[in-house]
Amino acid sequence: MNDEPLKIAGKTFESRLFVGTGKYASGAMMRDSLEASGSQLVTMAMRRVQVDGSEDNIIDYLSRERYHLLPNTSGVRDAKEAIFAAELGREALQTNWLKLEIHPDPKYLLPDPIETLKAAEELVKAGFIVLPYIHADPVLCKRLEEVGVAAVMPLGAPIGTNQGLATRRFLEIIIDQSKVPVIVDAGLGVPSHAAEAMELGADAVLVNTALATAGDPVRMSMAFRLAVQAGRIAYESGQGARQQQAVASSPLTAFLGE
Amino acid sequence: MSSISEKTAQDVERALARPSGRVTLEDFQALISPAAEPYLEQMAGLSHARTVERFGYTQQFYAPVYLSNVCSNVCTYCGFSATNQIPRKILNDQEISDELDAVKALGMDHVLFVTGEANLRVGVPYFKNAFKIARDRFSSISMEVQPMDQEAYEALIEAGLSAVLVYQETYNRETYAAHHLKGMKRDFDYRLETPDRLGRAGIKKIGLGALYGLDEWRVDTYYVAAHLRYMEQTYWKTKYSLSFPRIRPHEGEFEPKSVMTDRDLVQLICAYRLLSPEVDLSLSTREHEVFRDHAYKLGITTMSAGSKTNPGGYAVDAQTLEQFEISDERSPAEVAAMLRAGGYEVVWKDWDSTYDGFPGVGAVNRGQRIPAPV
Repeated sequence: MNDEPLKIAGKTFESRLFVGTGKYASGAMMRDSLEASGSQLVTMAMRRVQVDGSEDNIIDYLSRERYHLLPNTSGVRDAKEAIFAAELGREALQTNWLKLEIHPDPKYLLPDPIETLKAAEELVKAGFIVLPYIHADPVLCKRLEEVGVAAVMPLGAPIGTNQGLATRRFLEIIIDQSKVPVIVDAGLGVPSHAAEAMELGADAVLVNTALATAGDPVRMSMAFRLAVQAGRIAYESGQGARQQQAVASSPLTAFLGE
Repeated sequence: MSSISEKTAQDVERALARPSGRVTLEDFQALISPAAEPYLEQMAGLSHARTVERFGYTQQFYAPVYLSNVCSNVCTYCGFSATNQIPRKILNDQEISDELDAVKALGMDHVLFVTGEANLRVGVPYFKNAFKIARDRFSSISMEVQPMDQEAYEALIEAGLSAVLVYQETYNRETYAAHHLKGMKRDFDYRLETPDRLGRAGIKKIGLGALYGLDEWRVDTYYVAAHLRYMEQTYWKTKYSLSFPRIRPHEGEFEPKSVMTDRDLVQLICAYRLLSPEVDLSLSTREHEVFRDHAYKLGITTMSAGSKTNPGGYAVDAQTLEQFEISDERSPAEVAAMLRAGGYEVVWKDWDSTYDGFPGVGAVNRGQRIPAPV
């Protein structure tokens, strides 16, 4: 384990904090928060993006030199709608990167695994770089890996609930088994949640609600930035204490001598 | 009514202590009861916080567009009642187009088509045509018109329909019968089952509500809440919204059975938000400026602005033939400025018709399409 930057689909990211653009009080507030976060990858719901050149567009506040844009398909209820949304993102933002987000249930906004797998397969074949948002289902992650997604984005808790890593045990399994980057997305409510995810070995985290609805979004973004850095450094430094414990105690076999 | 009026302060406090998303219908009764009145400030604080958590600092805008005021129903409370001698109008293609251009120029991207009930002349073919005209200008098209069969809704969804608002007016059968004297609207059950037909048709969003004041408003709010809960369990992929039409005293020759005051309306908005963290709560221009300027922070997520409630009202200046009087006459730009000053962003666009397979609004070059999965 060393300090390698994050690589997704051949692109390098120095920052492991990805951010969303929803729920902000204003475009200016969003812009300032994003800057404070140090993030290099930003998601936006294509249903919100004015593609006909109208004024006051989310996109206007995002410098493409600074941010890699990741359109998301939030709002769609099935694979068919998701594919249309993906096309819109590709044409309107001139990128084949896509956050695939299909949540038919408006109450809990939980992702539909079946529609997501279906859509992911089609979209990868069509040349998209697909980052699917899913429940923390280890088997689903491997299935998605098989169809060629560039990363997996398992949730920590339902969107906007700020509950942290409710799916912790399953995130551990996913991180253990995954050959593609694992980005923990949704439910991260405070910086310590983000640090925790990074300590588990997540490659990155995505945060939106916690920043946009904070009392001071700019300072909260700074806090998350530091937490993600801290968590990653901790992970890379190894969990020293635990290793010592395992090595030092062998009461069962000590009687055998060396 | 008795179970609502019997709720105590303890019941209210129990309801207020529930974690978000765990409020029951029993709790709701406590929250709209007289016992909750002293807790209004606390309810408002909770409602504001939960709304921001779910929706952020945003308000969605929409524009009602009256296509026709021809109506075969006789309803005691409505300006369009068949017995009222008013000039009747059904907008033709050119008039619809002019009207939509005027609405688009205000910045709107979501229209709500409104009509009276006249199925022969203003039915599925008329609406299909109106959608065709609207689709290349607006991302979302909703409807508040006569209840229809499931097949009709399926056809209209295919043609671009996103949402339908249908208010039961009152859930009390006797009161309902007393106010709906002639026409298809007399059929209480057909209207009541409309949300189910919409759910089965696969519509994206259904708007529920009642005309508060026709009966005891607290009772009708409870039935709306129960209806919402039933719909959420049964049609789990559908989104829901609630509206708050209320009868003012001394309106025409008609006195309401109960009056929902401004304070009552705030209590109701908060109670619905506590009941459901995700339901859209809509406030129209029927409410006066001062009320809207404060209420939007208390749980409201969608507002109309710059509304004209007469057919052709946007394109033509005359304020005639209105269904109801507008109290907030500010333009969308003015209301948007008010919201911005309060730290909120207006969401004009929240869908894209390309998601439904249409070419989409604006000049995006469509290029190579990939086939949808079978």
